[in-house]
Amino acid sequence: MKKTAVAVSLALLTVAGVAQAADQFIPIPSYRVGAYASGGAKFYGGMIDYLNYVNMKEGGVGGVKLTYEECETEYKNDRGVECYERLKAKNGGASAFNFMSTGITYATMDRAEKDKIPLMTMGFGRADAQDGRAFKYVFPLITSYWSQATAKVQFLGQRVGGMQNLKGKKIVNLYHGSAYGKETIPVLDAMAKKYGFELQHIEVPAPGTEQQSQWLEIRRARPDFVLLRSWGVMTPAALKSAQKVGFPRENIVANWWGGSEEDAIAAGDAAKGYIAGSFALDGRQFPVIQNIEKTVYGAGKGNLSDKGFIGTVNYNRGVVSGILMVEAIRAAQKKYGAKTLNGDQIRWGMENLNIDAKRQQELGVTDMFPQVKTSCQNHEGSGYTRFMQWDGKDWKPVSGWIKADTGVTLPLIKASVDKYSQEKSMKLRDCAAEK
Amino acid sequence: MFYRESGQFKSSYAADSAILTIAQDRLFIAALLALAFVVLPGLGSDYLLSGILIPFLILSLAALGLNILTGYAGQLSLGSAAFMAVGAFATYNFMLRMPGMPLLLAIFLGGLMAALVGVAFGLPSLRIKGFYLAVATLAAQFFIEWVFTKFGWFTNYSSSGVISAPPMQVFGIAIDTPASKYLLTLSIVALMALAAKNMARASIGRAWMAIRDMDVAAEVIGIPMLRTKLLAFAISSFYCGVAGALYAFVLLGTVDAQAFDLHRSFQVLFMIIVGGVGSILGSFLGAAFIVLLPICLNLLGQAFHDTISTQFLANLEMMLFGGLIIFFLIVEPHGLARLWQIAKEKLRVWPFPH
Repeated sequence: MKKTAVAVSLALLTVAGVAQAADQFIPIPSYRVGAYASGGAKFYGGMIDYLNYVNMKEGGVGGVKLTYEECETEYKNDRGVECYERLKAKNGGASAFNFMSTGITYATMDRAEKDKIPLMTMGFGRADAQDGRAFKYVFPLITSYWSQATAKVQFLGQRVGGMQNLKGKKIVNLYHGSAYGKETIPVLDAMAKKYGFELQHIEVPAPGTEQQSQWLEIRRARPDFVLLRSWGVMTPAALKSAQKVGFPRENIVANWWGGSEEDAIAAGDAAKGYIAGSFALDGRQFPVIQNIEKTVYGAGKGNLSDKGFIGTVNYNRGVVSGILMVEAIRAAQKKYGAKTLNGDQIRWGMENLNIDAKRQQELGVTDMFPQVKTSCQNHEGSGYTRFMQWDGKDWKPVSGWIKADTGVTLPLIKASVDKYSQEKSMKLRDCAAEK
Repeated sequence: MFYRESGQFKSSYAADSAILTIAQDRLFIAALLALAFVVLPGLGSDYLLSGILIPFLILSLAALGLNILTGYAGQLSLGSAAFMAVGAFATYNFMLRMPGMPLLLAIFLGGLMAALVGVAFGLPSLRIKGFYLAVATLAAQFFIEWVFTKFGWFTNYSSSGVISAPPMQVFGIAIDTPASKYLLTLSIVALMALAAKNMARASIGRAWMAIRDMDVAAEVIGIPMLRTKLLAFAISSFYCGVAGALYAFVLLGTVDAQAFDLHRSFQVLFMIIVGGVGSILGSFLGAAFIVLLPICLNLLGQAFHDTISTQFLANLEMMLFGGLIIFFLIVEPHGLARLWQIAKEKLRVWPFPH
């Protein structure tokens, strides 16, 4: 009996070993319970659906099947580190991690550097990580918080008919009283100096459920616009308080953390007209979303428990995350060949992404997210943000893709990178030498 | 049968006051230490060491700190995470502003800073008791978290408010592999656990327990209330502070104030409630329960991920975890440490029932 058991397990091991030989493993550090579960379940659902879609449609990437394994982080840093350690060496080695959590990304940055596994921080994380010379394994793809803050101001410039008209205008930055909330203050200050508008920072103590006094202060200050740097429950609370003091919602602009259905629906009527930034558009009109629904959900292999969530903001963000991951693997395979690649090779792929209009057309994602072209020095690859307005039921685009004001962000990034490399006593990569 | 002290005689006072009076216990602890110090660093995988054992040890230390204050001295506190934060940020600032300071000294000073802050917030304990004191320490929790977010100096004006650890070394040995980090943590935790055990057995521990059981009586028999209570706060906060520094430097390598929020304080409190209030061993058992069980459940859940929806599994894990906490509290309200003690008593008379 014992002998058979041993033989069977040995046989299973060899089978697993053979199967792994042509697999590319993608870790999924998801959060499906806890405070941010409603967003996490949809985001990682979208990402997994896209991986399955690639497997079903093309049999993987270049014949190499994509495999994945989930690990629950609960959006907590220590659990995230545990998941990182659990998945990093599994099934031939992790391709890249996308934690969708700034805290976990910070906590795994040194480890990732050492293990040579890239971290995707799409839309969040350290803004200065877009400098690939200092952050070789961190990729704030598409847009960072800083890029998005400059885009917000430029969007307001468009609203008033040109950046020169911002002069003398009054803008309030209502921010979450946390490290996250304070992150954009220096960028906004620089923008205020550049365009001559008056900027007032008002803090909302975390978690941000109580904003009565802040909005009374805003009413007294009579600003033209309010920039909302909110998170979680702070967004609907801000919108409801704005309604109470009679501040027009169409003059409130949030960043992407305030731009999902969950944020707007929770505020009910008060959310109508409110505007938020976005790096991945919602909706089912994109061919890639329709194909996923047809192929993956048609075969009953969908990851979402409720098909109704297909096409929501967080789901589409997850799909975009999956697309960028797969495109990075594709790029890396072009250089290293169609086989199981390690984290460092995927890093090369992520550094050489080129999703132009033609490629977007092929993928069926035209206009879903901006074009992405990364390099050794530029790990962001885009910096574009688009703004959406909530009409009471759906998000509707109210602007084109707005590019970050690199004249403002780049000097700040340089200063931050210099400080970081000094604190860590490290030398910057020489990108010219790495061709 | 095997676990019996018959035939073991104590012939000196030293033998009588030893921590482990029974040879079998000594053997067991020696084997455990050998396993922890020699076998695990050599054979344990990176995942076992840095994903499981290091967080377990660090949170055990925090639980130990709280257990000194709440379990031994009877002062309910909801501010453990805040004291951890003080330790973490103080250590970071010592290392940043005094280049060349040894890591161990910085951690020690970080612990001292936490102790100072702990004493300040312990002052109300001289006037208020029980749940009211818990609310007073809650103020520490919110105040300290706010201070570290509000004043950029503590984070060296980092735009994101997150600090990251510089390269570490102890006595010229670089602390950069999972095994070396684990050994550093284990050494600190083992030493401090030994110190805690001895404090609990010494006069200071008795004074704490006297205050816990009835403070009026304790004062009548001549225990100085001010000194004893504040000492409990200081030592407890020192333990928490060191745990916080290790959490920031060894486990995560970076830290922001939000990592030490109220949830962390509750987590540490639950550890001592589940593990055993007023027990050194209980701190470790409680930490193991709270830290390791969710991970085990998640690992177990992954085995079924092909057949059951992951959404359902993730929630099922939480339900099981909650259910198990209730189960253990009903079976043994005095915590897992009490279960261990009962097991030892049963083992002593085994194979007889009584």
